[in-house]
Amino acid sequence: MNSVTFVSPSRIAPKSRDLPRTTSHMWASRLAGALAAYLGLGLALVIVGIPTYWVIIGALKTNSEIYTVPSTWWPPNPAWSNFPAAWAAAPFTRMYLNSIAVTLVSTTLKLVNATFCAYAFAYLQVPGRNLIFMFILGALMIPEEVTVLPNYLTVASLGYVNSVTGLILPTIGSAFGTFFLRQHFLSLPREVIEAARVDGAGHLQILWHVVLPLSRPVLATLILLTAVARWNDFLWPLVVTSKDTMRTLPIGIYFLFTQEGTTEWGVVLAGTIIVIAPIIALFIVVQRHLVEGIAAGAVKG
Amino acid sequence: MERREEARVITIQALRVPRPATVPSPSATPAWSRDLLVFLAFITPNVVTLCVFSYWPMLRNLWLSFTYWDMIAPEPLWIGLDNWIEVLTSATFWTVLRNTLVFTVGSVGITIMIALGLSLLLNQKRRGRNFVRAAMFAPAILPGSAIALVWTFLLAPYYGLISQGATALGMPMTRWQNDPYWAMPTVILVIIWKSTGYDAVIFLAGLQGIPRELYEAARVDGANAWQRFVNVTVPGLSPVAFFLTVTSILSSFQAFDVIRVMTGGGPVYATTTLIYQVYSEAFVGFNAGRAATYATILFGLMLAITVVQIRMVEKRVTYE
Repeated sequence: MNSVTFVSPSRIAPKSRDLPRTTSHMWASRLAGALAAYLGLGLALVIVGIPTYWVIIGALKTNSEIYTVPSTWWPPNPAWSNFPAAWAAAPFTRMYLNSIAVTLVSTTLKLVNATFCAYAFAYLQVPGRNLIFMFILGALMIPEEVTVLPNYLTVASLGYVNSVTGLILPTIGSAFGTFFLRQHFLSLPREVIEAARVDGAGHLQILWHVVLPLSRPVLATLILLTAVARWNDFLWPLVVTSKDTMRTLPIGIYFLFTQEGTTEWGVVLAGTIIVIAPIIALFIVVQRHLVEGIAAGAVKG
Repeated sequence: MERREEARVITIQALRVPRPATVPSPSATPAWSRDLLVFLAFITPNVVTLCVFSYWPMLRNLWLSFTYWDMIAPEPLWIGLDNWIEVLTSATFWTVLRNTLVFTVGSVGITIMIALGLSLLLNQKRRGRNFVRAAMFAPAILPGSAIALVWTFLLAPYYGLISQGATALGMPMTRWQNDPYWAMPTVILVIIWKSTGYDAVIFLAGLQGIPRELYEAARVDGANAWQRFVNVTVPGLSPVAFFLTVTSILSSFQAFDVIRVMTGGGPVYATTTLIYQVYSEAFVGFNAGRAATYATILFGLMLAITVVQIRMVEKRVTYE
């Protein structure tokens, strides 16, 4: 069993392609590999694809088609009217604006907080700095679930229930982002920053003209992670809003469902697609960067 | 997803010795006092926000757990340990705790096994791989409430796709998420669907991080496919698997939206987990003190897991 011993990579790496192997064995293992790969591809596509397809055609079915068993896999006359009906059944325009406002402002403020803080911890030499840094990181250990009730009380006492301010306020502190950016800032070549300083640049100039331009990919990953989390937020928006017009989209479709229930599935599914579509569109554009950024982080970590 | 990233950071940081000063030449920087004002200006907004919306609520939550308050009376009433005694001796608490454990073990365990299998199958350069990787990752970035609605539709009795399939296979008609026995497995299934792709993508990255030379070396030494898997793949992947396990456990403690939409914690208490109980005590039952008690217990559990995780990583790092 333990006949395998590791050879130092440098000893074999360059010549590994020339190793002797029997041809038939090679063919068999190649075939097995191909089968495995296509099995994996097929499984993944079926698992994700069928529910997606089912929702899309569900949103195009009339009520009688939805409740007819066995279901058709293709709606004979697509009921496009489900989409305007959904848009009319809930204040989608308003909810879209709420979601966009909350995501944009919250992500921006959080990013600004993280950037300045990370710069301070990476480049400014002040006694007690590490202690304060630990204090900021400690906030990572405090989950939203523990703070939701007291934060609701705080926001309520400030009079911000049912307001965009209330939706945004508790989300703008940044512990994760500060850590994430500081790690990256520390990896930047110091000579460049030193050179800027010798040239008489102030901290704001160094941050804006030197550090940030060198951090674009990392900033992009952080922005995406933060924005997706905000857009999908459920617990806090559910707690801090009670008016239909102040809902964000994830809450909005939930209430559309409680209101239309299982009697108007076409409309509910159309509403779901209205909510999901922009995220999917954005994801298609950024997927490569996002997926690779997260995967790389997880493996390095 | 962001939560997962956060959970990862906690361990990384715990292992990292703070770096020495980064300001290099003493001549270029006169005294730290000049930087002090800039430093304070740069960190204050963030520190204040974190104090007001993280640290202070944590303390206030702890304090509230020793009070009775319906959130209408002007002041909470100090009742000492009453909430704690009441909660810990109630059948509800133990049901909720068991639900949380079943939910966590079920969703995390199955997700990671499926994800590992998928990533092994996909770990080859084939056409369409990037497309599949993106497609399976997608559910991780969608709102949980939307996914819950999709599955409610798929699982609807009689006309839902899954119910039709179950009927075709001769199973009796089941009202999946409204059935006391099936509700929990149903919710777990949805969480698995949402997070498997994310885990698989990270496993894939881990697989690609294992040096090819190790496989070649094993092959030269006559190891068959299974031996290569056990002796090269498993040790190479175990750090990634460890991180995935811990971050998934922590994020499963926080799963709320899917449960809220699909079952509302029911039927009866069948799918009420700790986080759901915090929500319903606070915002359905308006019992701030009891909600705070549950929240504190949840916090303690998560803290314990994080500490254990840090310990384990430390151990491994020192031994290697």
